[in-house]
Amino acid sequence: MSPQRTYSQTQPSLWKARLTLATRSLRQSWTLFLATRIGVIGLAIIAFYALLAAAHPILMMFVWEERVYDPVVGYAFEETRQPAPPSLKHPLGTDPLGRDVLSQLMFSARSEFMLGLLAALVTVSIGTIVGAVSAYFGGVVDAVLMRLADIMIMLPVISVLVVLSALIGVEHFELAIIIGIVSGFGATGVVLKSQALSVVVKPYVEAAKTAGGGHVHVIFVHVVPNLLPLSFLYMMFTVTGAIFSEAVLSFLGLLDVRMSWGLMIHVTESAGYLLQVTEYWWLIFPASLSITLLCSSFYLVGRSLDEVVNPRLRQL
Amino acid sequence: MTQAPDAPSRPLIHAISLTKRFPVSSGWFRRDRSFAHAVDGVSFQIQRGESFGLVGESGCGKTTTGKLLVRLVDPTEGKIVFDDGEDEPTDIASLSGRSLKSFRRKAQMIFQDPYESMNPRRTIFDTVAEPLKVQKIGGAIERVERVSEMLGMVGLTPPATFLFRYPHELSGGQRQRVAVARALVIEPIFIVADEPTSMLDVSIRTGIMRLMEDLAARLGISYLYITHDLAVARYMCSRIAVMYLGKIVEQGETEEILHNPKHPYTQALLSAVPIPDPSAARPPVKIEGGVSTPIDPPPRCRFYDRCPVADAFCRDSEHPPLEDKGGGRMVACYKA
Amino acid sequence: MHYMTRAGAVRAVDGVTFSVERGQSLGLVGESGCGKSSIAISLLKILPDSARILSGSILLEGVDILPLSEDEMREYRWKRISMVFQAAMNSLDPVYRVGDQIIEALELHVGSAPSEAVERVRELYDLVGLNHSFIPRYPHEYSGGMKQRAIIAMALACEPAIIVADEPTTALDVIVQDRILREMRKVRDALDMSMIYISHDMAVIAEVSDVVGVMYAGRIVEFGETKDVFENPIHPYTRALMSAFPSVTGEKRELATLPGEPPNLLAPPSGCRFHPRCPYATEECRSQPPPTVRRGVHWADCWNPPEDQSP
Repeated sequence: MSPQRTYSQTQPSLWKARLTLATRSLRQSWTLFLATRIGVIGLAIIAFYALLAAAHPILMMFVWEERVYDPVVGYAFEETRQPAPPSLKHPLGTDPLGRDVLSQLMFSARSEFMLGLLAALVTVSIGTIVGAVSAYFGGVVDAVLMRLADIMIMLPVISVLVVLSALIGVEHFELAIIIGIVSGFGATGVVLKSQALSVVVKPYVEAAKTAGGGHVHVIFVHVVPNLLPLSFLYMMFTVTGAIFSEAVLSFLGLLDVRMSWGLMIHVTESAGYLLQVTEYWWLIFPASLSITLLCSSFYLVGRSLDEVVNPRLRQL
Repeated sequence: MTQAPDAPSRPLIHAISLTKRFPVSSGWFRRDRSFAHAVDGVSFQIQRGESFGLVGESGCGKTTTGKLLVRLVDPTEGKIVFDDGEDEPTDIASLSGRSLKSFRRKAQMIFQDPYESMNPRRTIFDTVAEPLKVQKIGGAIERVERVSEMLGMVGLTPPATFLFRYPHELSGGQRQRVAVARALVIEPIFIVADEPTSMLDVSIRTGIMRLMEDLAARLGISYLYITHDLAVARYMCSRIAVMYLGKIVEQGETEEILHNPKHPYTQALLSAVPIPDPSAARPPVKIEGGVSTPIDPPPRCRFYDRCPVADAFCRDSEHPPLEDKGGGRMVACYKA
Repeated sequence: MHYMTRAGAVRAVDGVTFSVERGQSLGLVGESGCGKSSIAISLLKILPDSARILSGSILLEGVDILPLSEDEMREYRWKRISMVFQAAMNSLDPVYRVGDQIIEALELHVGSAPSEAVERVRELYDLVGLNHSFIPRYPHEYSGGMKQRAIIAMALACEPAIIVADEPTTALDVIVQDRILREMRKVRDALDMSMIYISHDMAVIAEVSDVVGVMYAGRIVEFGETKDVFENPIHPYTRALMSAFPSVTGEKRELATLPGEPPNLLAPPSGCRFHPRCPYATEECRSQPPPTVRRGVHWADCWNPPEDQSP
């Protein structure tokens, strides 16, 4: 095999080789992921809620009448008593204000996803960079970033949110950004830094420096890629945390959101039905079960990813 | 590589009183009080095409010295004059920015652990091509060709079967060959080899040693060869320096030192090497105790605590200077 | 003994038979992955979950320890057979004093009274050449060599009949290694204890062992009195290992290079496992397992042994 012949069309073959490698490692990880079972369960739950979220606009457009089924301003005119128990027209009944619970549930799923994923993305982007930079440079940079992390960890998030809601009004987007910043500069950044510390002392980092690689090269080519598995894992955990925080905050009525699972429970509570679970179960269970399921599903996926990226945890 | 350095009078590398102290209690708010004297006033020369060995036990400062020469570590004091015969002689210790980056084309390092010296997420191609990439040499096509050529040169044939594999798919010996290829790909003239064979099996080790010798002869490369193994140094280096606690205690032609060690530490080191002959009896090693701490050592001879021949004069004097005892042999001992 | 992995069964140790007399020291030498450490952990039955001993027996003073339960095995470990690992110096618990850790082992395994145990620790420290002042100190105050000696003291605490030492000096500097080798020989002579010493270093093996087994790809390929094996090696692998070893003293000879790499034990080569790297390989080496060549107690598995040169 002569090199000349093999690399005559180098550019495309380089790309092809990289693509093959990427798909191969993805496939390997996927096989390992499938073998973990808890991950598959988690993924199934996520897929179920993703379907609900995606189906809502379609149903609203073609099946459900807007003035009846709108999750915020709709009213079930045909029901004589609100909240109405489940019926054919309203599979999960209506809430104390006469709105369709299923529609609310599906509408909220979309914003829960948006919130969770955005918060996770912000957290992990900040956390990875903070961790890598702090570990790589050390010294003053590290000291400043880590003191900032201490502040973020000590920050009473709920109180801050109360103040912020009063001042500017906090919706899903703002909440995601706040959670992302607090967790990214805080706990997640610290965890990723401790991982990065074990990467920056590797001889391959020294080899890259000896080759003439600058700070940016070393950080983005050698440190960050070796943090990504852990970052991804923390991304899953952040999703869980974000959804849960949102539920708590809207239950307390601290968020300016139009509709969410937490808000559904809040409405139930403020109408005085919270303690009558057996009688008015459709007011409590769908929303609270959804919060529990979606939170735990991301957690399960995270746990199984942990097994995929940490060979030590793998059962042989 | 045993050829004697004759023609060029100016050495490729001339280290002058090289010193590196690491602060021990480092902290942002605290003031540093104690220092570990990792390398303490070390001077030596490396001729063009020569392989110079640094020998010593762990913690003697040999790796730090190697890293100083490729500026992975910045010296606290001292100069490293680098003279490649093309440009003006420069002090590596004072380089920065662009001039440091262009120095890096000329000096590379091979690391001890073939399992840790390659990023596990990068292919062999990425690893070997990295110096070309950061030095912006060649386009994608030339890089693939150059890397393939290097892989062939270090005996990984056919190169195409190795390009897109990951380090974990290779054996230790193969990985160390990749490390050699990475160090050579930008055609350096000086390489610091930090125990490149110590983690390899014996049957693989010789192959790597040969390869490094052949390439040095073929490409005119000088080595600083760091090892704890006197036997390996014997095969790889024409001259060696024995280090103890940051100081060079003896320096000279390898064969002469091995046959007639003058410093008591070198003598102890030699007599401690096991002999692969069950009927041979080794003389007992004369020194006691372990290596003392490099943190703020007293000014007297570093070897005083363990030395079998030390006396009151050694105790009350400064660390002995490295003196020429004839025939290019330098020894730092009052008693030698 | 086999390791079960996703990729299939790795035959780490494959039909190995040897015996060690009381007071004798057996050296096992071989490269990484040849199965020498797997033998060590099999002897103590401290196998990882993925490993299985499929067949064979391990007789310790006439008792087969393989069918023993974990509870019964605990009676043997420390008291009859104990072990020193390469990484053993990191197995000291950093938050307890070293002396206390040895005392605890003594109380646990022998049921010594505390005062007896303290006295015993002093004896042990004398035996391995450690200063008594270090007994009440913590592991971080010990140097690497001292930790390794403390571990040896611990292994000796219950006066085992045999001690298995797996590369106990590999991570240490030569001067420290020299001292530990000397202590170990002294202790062995003083206690009339057997020893199995595992190392990749021919020179160390030459110094510590009475008999030597050379391992390659999960098998012992050559076995005999140390003197015989080193002076008249039969197997080409043994010869290659010896000539690949650079020597500090003596004449500077050309070092041999062994081509290729040790085989993948998922699919070991047919016939003689060494044939792909052997300069003397013939057709029968490729197809048939090699016969055993015997010269007294010295033997090797090889199709093409050299002439017997011993007087």
